[in-house]
Amino acid sequence: MKQTTHPPDPRLLDRAGAATAAPPPVRTASRRRRRPRSRQWAAWAFLAPVTLYLALFYAYPLYRNLDLSLRNYTVRSFVQGDAPFTGLANYRKVFDDPTFGPALTHTVVFTAVCLLFQYAIGLALAVFFNQNFKLSATLRALFLVPWLLPLIVSASTWSWMLNSDSGVVNSLLGAIGIGPVNWLTSPEWSLTSVIIANIWIGVPFNLVVLYSGLQSIPTSLYEAAALDGASAWRRFWSITFPLLRPVSAITLLLGLVYTLKVFDIIWIMTKGGPADSSTTFATWSYRLGFGNLLPAFGPGAAVGNLLVVAALVFGLVYLRVQRKQALS
Amino acid sequence: MNRPTGRRITAAALTVIAVATGTTACSSGGSTSAKDEGSSTYTIWDPYPQFAKDSAWAKLLDGCGTKAGVKVKRTAFDTSDLTNKALLAAQQNNSPDVLIVDNPVVSTLAEAGVLTTTDDTKLDTSTVDPNLLAAGQSGGKTYGTPIGANTLALYYNKDVLKKAGVDVASVKDWKSLTAALAKVKKAGKKGITFSAIGTEEGSFQFLPWFWGSGAKLTELDSAQGVSALKLWTDWLKKDYAPNSVINNTQTTSWQEFASGDYAFAENGTWQLANAEKAGFDYGVLPIPAAGGGNAAAPTGGEFVTMPVQGDTGRYATTQKLVSCLTSTDNLYATDTTLSYVAPTAAVQDKQVASDAKLKPWVEAVKAAKGRTSDDLGTKYPKISEQMWKAVQTALSGAKSPKDALASAQAAAK
Repeated sequence: MKQTTHPPDPRLLDRAGAATAAPPPVRTASRRRRRPRSRQWAAWAFLAPVTLYLALFYAYPLYRNLDLSLRNYTVRSFVQGDAPFTGLANYRKVFDDPTFGPALTHTVVFTAVCLLFQYAIGLALAVFFNQNFKLSATLRALFLVPWLLPLIVSASTWSWMLNSDSGVVNSLLGAIGIGPVNWLTSPEWSLTSVIIANIWIGVPFNLVVLYSGLQSIPTSLYEAAALDGASAWRRFWSITFPLLRPVSAITLLLGLVYTLKVFDIIWIMTKGGPADSSTTFATWSYRLGFGNLLPAFGPGAAVGNLLVVAALVFGLVYLRVQRKQALS
Repeated sequence: MNRPTGRRITAAALTVIAVATGTTACSSGGSTSAKDEGSSTYTIWDPYPQFAKDSAWAKLLDGCGTKAGVKVKRTAFDTSDLTNKALLAAQQNNSPDVLIVDNPVVSTLAEAGVLTTTDDTKLDTSTVDPNLLAAGQSGGKTYGTPIGANTLALYYNKDVLKKAGVDVASVKDWKSLTAALAKVKKAGKKGITFSAIGTEEGSFQFLPWFWGSGAKLTELDSAQGVSALKLWTDWLKKDYAPNSVINNTQTTSWQEFASGDYAFAENGTWQLANAEKAGFDYGVLPIPAAGGGNAAAPTGGEFVTMPVQGDTGRYATTQKLVSCLTSTDNLYATDTTLSYVAPTAAVQDKQVASDAKLKPWVEAVKAAKGRTSDDLGTKYPKISEQMWKAVQTALSGAKSPKDALASAQAAAK
């Protein structure tokens, strides 16, 4: 409800179905007694489908994943359903695993670098397209292509382009005299390669959201600044950037959640290898659970839960920051 | 307008919808596919999604069903999906009657208690080659019968070898093979391509060299094992093999070979049809062992198994279905369409008689070894994962072959 200037007519609200206003005093006593009951029923009825949906498709899988991670599942006990409860043993196993350290570093580096570049490039492009020059709409549409392509297509294309022997990137580099780089097959480069591909895929999302954020900044501010003689650079840092802050925050948070769980690109391009050099928590969790002939469901679920917790922590940080902003 | 009544009706309607959603959601939890259609329908799961409803394979299944007097419902899955699907189905007491799975998976499913033994179901496996059957055996019990087998060998490009002046008859062991690769490189062509990807496929391709060195899977870091990995690493260092092998699947590796630039390619029986289409003269050579002779290559191919059912009365009919599928005539037809080598001597003879090109493959299959054989069973997946990791680590130069295999052995224990 954004109407704050004049109080809304309660009858109007009532007809609209919003059960917020107090009943008008003209109602008879008998009606007043019956109304809360039927209201409650209606409220429950409205709630029931969404509650059921949430419980079945969100709460239960989450609970199952937690349960999986706390039991010692072998293939036999998975089928018989009698896996013994082992507390945090799976988590301990995961923490002690030699893959844990590298996977953590890679996840942090992957997420941070991707977010930084996606946001910076997305913002630069958004400001650029905000000039509304000829063809800007067409060009902007072209920038959306990475977003529209199925991930398997873009990831496969990247892995062809970055192929050590027959990839187009290496043949271009060769033409200007730079020796072949083993983009996907050397431990030094594999993480960089998947980061590059993921930045390319993430830029359109940042572009679209930031562009729409820019549209909501009133042009009168820029006109006033121009009259005061502010340079373009100054206008960006003093008007655009601060006014874009709420939009930036949500873009970065969504980007963070998306990037933390990126799996397809890495799996298609490098399978997390060679030698774990591009393994993140997402690919590691998959490999534990499904990448082997003998699935390790428990540790796989444990790694997956760590990812969920990480995303949740950042979500809470975002909520807190937002509340502070709203209060100030 | 009587507003409260209107709202009550809405409330009632929504409650009904909610309850309906709730009940359907609950009732669909337990029984999804297998047993709904009654006892006269038998379900078969296979990993051949390439075969459509009107394919010879689907017709064969229907035919066997008719013979056994039942209806057959077939579902095809992607191979990599099938293990987990089978485990989940068993967890829900919903296993198919016949399950056709990749052979190294059999021991995992057997360990999970999902499969019946051939003793229980009285399935006859006496005509099957023992080295092939071994992949489906663990703890002295047999859990299925192979539908066909494939294995690895070296394809070679006759034109490239001729230009490089290599006589293929001279390739007898690792030393002469490496020498041939050196000659090919000198002639400006590319040496050999294989698949060393970080999945089971990578282990599958490395095994002929690993076994060919005399190494055993129970000791990855033996001197022989290190020599096998060193062979591959040196090929990459000297540019006899492309760096892309680290990410090659067997399909991408084949595409490299099909470009016509490569002298050798390690690949499987299933590429025979593609080799005919490649547009150059090719030959097939068994993979040589370190000191000469043929190396044992791992067996590929699927097993026909019978998952445990709540109603044991179904086994008799299922057994008829499986026997029909693996009868001599049907095996011949199936293995021809799959481009597999048959698991029994009788059908192998028939295959060679009709297509002489299959002869080296039949030889290779006879010398081949199951990955889960030697009673490794469910220990194999763990060892294999460490092995492909070690191969990737050494080939990418992160560690020396010796160190890579040493840490693999430590982790596989």
